[in-house]
Amino acid sequence: MTSLILKRLGIGLITVLAVSVIIFFGTKILPGDAAQIRMGQQATAENVAALREKLGLDKSYVMQYLTWLGNFVRGDLGISLSSDVPIVNLISDRYQNTLYVSVLTAVIGVPISLMLGIMAAMFPGSLYDRVLTFISVTLVAAPEFFTATLMVLLFVFALGIGTAVVVGSTEGKGVFELISHFALPITTLSFVIASQLIRMSRAAVLNVMSSPYIEMAILKGVPRRRIIFRHALLNAIGPIVNVVALNLAYLVTGVIVVEIYFGYSGLATLIVQGVQTRDFVLVQCLGMIFCLTYVVLMLIADIAAYASNPRLRHPK
Amino acid sequence: MSTTDTPIGAHPDMLGGMPDGDKTDHFVAPYDEGVSFDELPDAPPKARFRLTTTGKIGAFFVIFWFFIAVFGPMLAPYGENDLPFPDAYSEFQVPQAGAWLGTDVQDRDILSRIMYGAGRTIGISVIATLIAYFIGVVLGIGAAVSSPRVDMVMSRINDAFLSLPTIMLGLVVVAAVGSSIPVLIITAGCIYASVVFRLARALGQEIMVMDFVEAAKARGEGRWWIITREIWPNAAMPLITDFGLRLIYIILFVSSLSFLGLGVQPPQADWGSMVRDNLGALQYGASVIPVLAPALAIATLTVGINLVVDDISAQSGGKLSKRL
Repeated sequence: MTSLILKRLGIGLITVLAVSVIIFFGTKILPGDAAQIRMGQQATAENVAALREKLGLDKSYVMQYLTWLGNFVRGDLGISLSSDVPIVNLISDRYQNTLYVSVLTAVIGVPISLMLGIMAAMFPGSLYDRVLTFISVTLVAAPEFFTATLMVLLFVFALGIGTAVVVGSTEGKGVFELISHFALPITTLSFVIASQLIRMSRAAVLNVMSSPYIEMAILKGVPRRRIIFRHALLNAIGPIVNVVALNLAYLVTGVIVVEIYFGYSGLATLIVQGVQTRDFVLVQCLGMIFCLTYVVLMLIADIAAYASNPRLRHPK
Repeated sequence: MSTTDTPIGAHPDMLGGMPDGDKTDHFVAPYDEGVSFDELPDAPPKARFRLTTTGKIGAFFVIFWFFIAVFGPMLAPYGENDLPFPDAYSEFQVPQAGAWLGTDVQDRDILSRIMYGAGRTIGISVIATLIAYFIGVVLGIGAAVSSPRVDMVMSRINDAFLSLPTIMLGLVVVAAVGSSIPVLIITAGCIYASVVFRLARALGQEIMVMDFVEAAKARGEGRWWIITREIWPNAAMPLITDFGLRLIYIILFVSSLSFLGLGVQPPQADWGSMVRDNLGALQYGASVIPVLAPALAIATLTVGINLVVDDISAQSGGKLSKRL
């Protein structure tokens, strides 16, 4: 078990390194020159050369990569090309909104989806189950901005609650004020992950339900409710944690789309701006942050899968 | 049900392959009189597919949108950048005679733009999916038949790409080389090739250890013969079903990039960018249709494909959906 987790952590570390290589050299496909961009068109050749030397751009790509990675690990994220501001400042101004929305979605959306999914597994084939399955199959293939439009249609246009754009400061707001501030983004993202979570948690519970020891419990006459909560659910916890971590990882795309859709500023709007202004220093940093979050969540998903399997926990 | 049926480790892009988990007919005796041979879990695929009602609805939308993609520009009432009411200030008009879905943020006819955008959104996605398949299948089956060392190197590189959110890879490429339709197609094709690679390699490996391949090797057949005559016929069907799923993801990927303003560039119409351009209509409370119409177009197309794919994989012997 420990050696397996250590091995998985090792693979995770290699993945992170590979990811950093892809992101660093991905933005170097074209010979875009950071020094030239920062100095502007009027800069003399000597000034650009001096800045190139200062930024280390005259060194080989491998040296540049190692310096960049070293600085990133130490928390020195560099200076934005388009606005000449340290990237740390840009990020620390905006990370809160992204964090609030993702954490609140995880706290509110995940338990509700799991409850719905487990209930569907309790009554397989019932009307409730079929309706829920149909809705989740439909929503799972729809784009995030379609779900967002449905939410706006329902809450803003039909019920007259709130506006289709998130405005105002979150300064000094409590948890409940934050929830109502970000109500639409949170609801949208909850629906997005719910469509996957319901299907997957239902499958995870049903999978346990078809194992021989549950058959045994049914045959000896244990009530269905007790079978689900005492026998099945405990064994389904591992797969469910796995499913939750995977779905939180998929949230990365959803968070970006939702921020643009509802027009509040966060890390996602920052990276999109970075791409539009070809500020690849900023894109490298934020790309690494998003990808690291994703890789860590995937890692948790895998470790949960290991930990939930007694055969892996106690190898012969 | 064996433990391999759990969704553990499933990739985000493997959704249609999720085990449906409702195979709880564990206690039913397999040769019960009520169960015909065709309904057994391992029955061979039926010769003809019969779509269920949901499958038919899905097929209707898919055929409808592909028709519009081809003939849309011919049938559209206006050009994609023409104004239905050139003499008036006519932003976000409600649907009316002359503009059946109203007008958008720049006074253009929404219906015409959706009909022009269909070809672009679907065309980009279909070509990208074909590229993804070409690269993924060639490399994947190549990896399956090559030496273990080559296979391992290729798979490790592929895993690194798979461990990234696709949208991030897209953003990095667009930041580096800018956005245009060829860039979109090649980027989407290359990113999704890694998913196809994994599937093709897994299928190839599964088939490589079959007896008939051993027999072919013993007969002294060459590698090319084994690939074309033994592996390909057996891998083709699962790959074709997966094609629909990959197409869904590529449509969503391309539309999301366009929605972020990093895909198809104005003034060319495309469904994702139409949603983004018209967001103002929602924010000022003017009208829902400018945003809803293109979003609904994408949703009906992708959900339609998903319903058809679900139907086909459920009917092709039951094993397929597990393997994908």
